[in-house]
Amino acid sequence: MQFVLDGKTITATPGQTILKAAEAAGVYIPRLCAYKDLIPHGSCRVCSVRVNGRIQAACVQTVSSGAIVEHDTEELREFRRDVIDLLFVEGNHYCMFCEKSGLCELQALAYRFGITAPKYPLLNPKRDIDMSHPDVYLDHNRCILCGRCVRVSQDLDHKNVFQFVNRGLEKRLQVNGEALAATDLRVTDEVVASCPVGALMKKRVGYAVPVGDRPFDAQPIGADIESGKGGVA
Amino acid sequence: MKSSTATGVEDVCRKFGNDRTRMMDIVIAVQRRFGCVSTEAMELIARACGTQRVEVESVVTFYAFLSVKPQGRVVIRLCNDIIDWMKGYQDVADAMAKELGVTMGETTADGAITLTHTACIGMSDQAPAALVNDVVVTQLTPERAREVVRDLRRHLDPSQLVTMVGDGHNAHPLVRSMVRNNIRHRGPVHFAEFESGSALRRALARPPEAVVKDIKDSRLRGRGGAGFPAGVKWELARHAPGERRWVVCNADEGEPGTFKDRVLLTERAHQMVEGMTIAGYAIGSDAGIIYLRGEYRYLLAYLEAVLDERRRAGLLGRDILDTPGFHFDIRIQLGAGAYICGEETALISSCEGLRGDPKNRPPFPVEKGYLDLPTIVNNVETYCCVSRILLQGAAWFAAMGTARTTGTKVLSIAGDCRKPGVYEVPFGITPDELLEMAEADNPGAMLIGGPCRQMIGPGRFSGRICYDDLATGGAIMIFNRARNQLEIAEHYLDFFIEESCGHCTPCRVGLIQLKRLVHKVVHGAGEPADLQAMRDLSRFIAQMSRCGLGQTAPNPVLGALDGFPALYEGLVAERKPGLLSTFDLASAVVDAERRVGRQSQYV
Ligand code: SF4
Ligand code: SF4
Ligand code: FES
Repeated sequence: MQFVLDGKTITATPGQTILKAAEAAGVYIPRLCAYKDLIPHGSCRVCSVRVNGRIQAACVQTVSSGAIVEHDTEELREFRRDVIDLLFVEGNHYCMFCEKSGLCELQALAYRFGITAPKYPLLNPKRDIDMSHPDVYLDHNRCILCGRCVRVSQDLDHKNVFQFVNRGLEKRLQVNGEALAATDLRVTDEVVASCPVGALMKKRVGYAVPVGDRPFDAQPIGADIESGKGGVA
Repeated sequence: MKSSTATGVEDVCRKFGNDRTRMMDIVIAVQRRFGCVSTEAMELIARACGTQRVEVESVVTFYAFLSVKPQGRVVIRLCNDIIDWMKGYQDVADAMAKELGVTMGETTADGAITLTHTACIGMSDQAPAALVNDVVVTQLTPERAREVVRDLRRHLDPSQLVTMVGDGHNAHPLVRSMVRNNIRHRGPVHFAEFESGSALRRALARPPEAVVKDIKDSRLRGRGGAGFPAGVKWELARHAPGERRWVVCNADEGEPGTFKDRVLLTERAHQMVEGMTIAGYAIGSDAGIIYLRGEYRYLLAYLEAVLDERRRAGLLGRDILDTPGFHFDIRIQLGAGAYICGEETALISSCEGLRGDPKNRPPFPVEKGYLDLPTIVNNVETYCCVSRILLQGAAWFAAMGTARTTGTKVLSIAGDCRKPGVYEVPFGITPDELLEMAEADNPGAMLIGGPCRQMIGPGRFSGRICYDDLATGGAIMIFNRARNQLEIAEHYLDFFIEESCGHCTPCRVGLIQLKRLVHKVVHGAGEPADLQAMRDLSRFIAQMSRCGLGQTAPNPVLGALDGFPALYEGLVAERKPGLLSTFDLASAVVDAERRVGRQSQYV
């Protein structure tokens, strides 16, 4: 099956998402909430592309034969930049002191999009840090509600440690118990590594890789896909 | 020894088969019995239904009428829609708060009564209105509000507040509500006589394909507002592979200013249920669900009785009307205060016992809907149309309305007019004609289809109500020339911010930023560039959001900007160089001045 991506004809397999099909063809469509082969969440909207004129999330939308997909346009770059910007100002992010710096996908996208300062006013929410667990901590200040941990815990770890509670701007991540320590989370669970930002972190391994030598310090996010070496997600 | 909570919660779970997909019914029942769904109750429910506590919590915290913390035995929910504001909401709220000795959102010290507000409860024609537990009180005045509080303090029994009952079935012993129908104009589709069973008999005399064809030939478009052709939807579901199929009725009219389904549910329940049964026959389904918004719980017992009556008459159940092999029955799923559940995939999530988050599409519900089975979702009015089409024929129906929008439309009209109420009119009618029928006073603007649609100024009063021009799900709100469009837009942004499910970034975070911009402009701190920023951000939210809520939420802002440009331009001024317009130096130093005990000197 074939479709057109930014004027180039791309071959895809039926049922494949636009994101994956583009990736296989060496085109990196920015994404945040998408992770490996989990059922797509479609929440961050960073991967938005125009499909036959309508904006759709490339991680959710499956390819249809002959579809005209626009991805690298001025308008979409601007829209994606806005999404990243909004995610920054929604939480509390201090990249310069953050243990995740250089490994963080949100920060790396900001670099890639050339965001040096937020365009929107900061919301400065008051959020908690859960330090209860012996080996893992959860910093809600940095959580971008991507839902990776919710899905990884359920589908890959076969547990159910995380869920979202409340709605709208009040929506937040909740753990299955009083605090993380009361859940059956283990530091070896895949979920710990799945968080794209510095929200779910291992204790006592900070700066094992020095700042400056971290993956996104060396090359922009998505460069691996563009060089044909396969992606992180 | 088990605690009484444990026994109570386990009883509730057992009643619903310890079925996780019936989570809504379980948590609603627990909330009613214990005044909240406590952490302990959530543990118990999770254990009984084989799930995790956090899963239960995610559901409970999603819906406005459910709570983890205890509420008063009586909860007064004042409707705070714009129409209620226009009709004196603030005075009523103040009177109640004073009489109760609490502020909005609080519970009295003795834990008896909670006072809070809620989004439109479907009573805009008799505003200000409130829900007292399930009891609707209408046309409140400060005087009446104080009386309500005094009475409640005495007996804590909301049902005793009903001292007189409304017209029609509002007086039915199972409804007994103060609500008035206010039917101002009766059309031939919904308000002509209807005899139970008559339309169904006609349907059953024909093969199912022929019934689908009837609906297609009538060119009936879904009355919810999107206007998707009903017959096409049915055909898709009929041919979608699946072991079973579902017929869902969307009775969750949450669009502010809409109340026509309330009247249809009260007066035309049989016609609607019959339409669902016909749909069941047409698409090969044996089961239906009516999703009834929590605000209309006062109609629940009556609707259950209608279903029972129809079972007894052989119009629901097995081998309906002696048609061997045609089985169809319906259950009612109650909602619990979430506007987003009017969106069809969110409604399905809610029926499945989940948070009311919309789902990713495709797949569409006609292929994978309720429990992943092919499902059609139509609203109350659409199913009422179906019954009439079967009785009078597709050609009769298609001859009414406009070329591409056939039939009639039931409109709810409210706001600055002398005759608010329900009007069944042919499609193609103009706002001008409606203003005259409703006896509007000095109209300056109309909100056609509620905040998610469009605000129009007099320049468009001669347009046509139909899907190609002024589309509406049924709400028409009238504002006189003294009303401030931008304030209305700001009010509705608050509404959308509160009702967003929060799943996707543009809607969750974009709306709050848009609201900040509008607020800045309304309060005179805006600059000309802010108007463009409002447009850009609105476009971003509308284009990038996942579901209809975000896609339409900026409409009030855009409508106000486009329809009333002079208003906004008058509010903004070029900023003086070097000054941040939102920064008010005088008020910023007030605290410091108080500390040092003298006035600051600044230029
Ligand atoms: S989580 Fe990422 S974006 Fe947030 S502060 Fe850390 S490095 Fe910066
Ligand atoms: S904790 Fe991390 S993985 Fe989980 S929702 Fe937040 S940002 Fe996503
Ligand atoms: S990656 Fe597609 S919406 Fe987040």
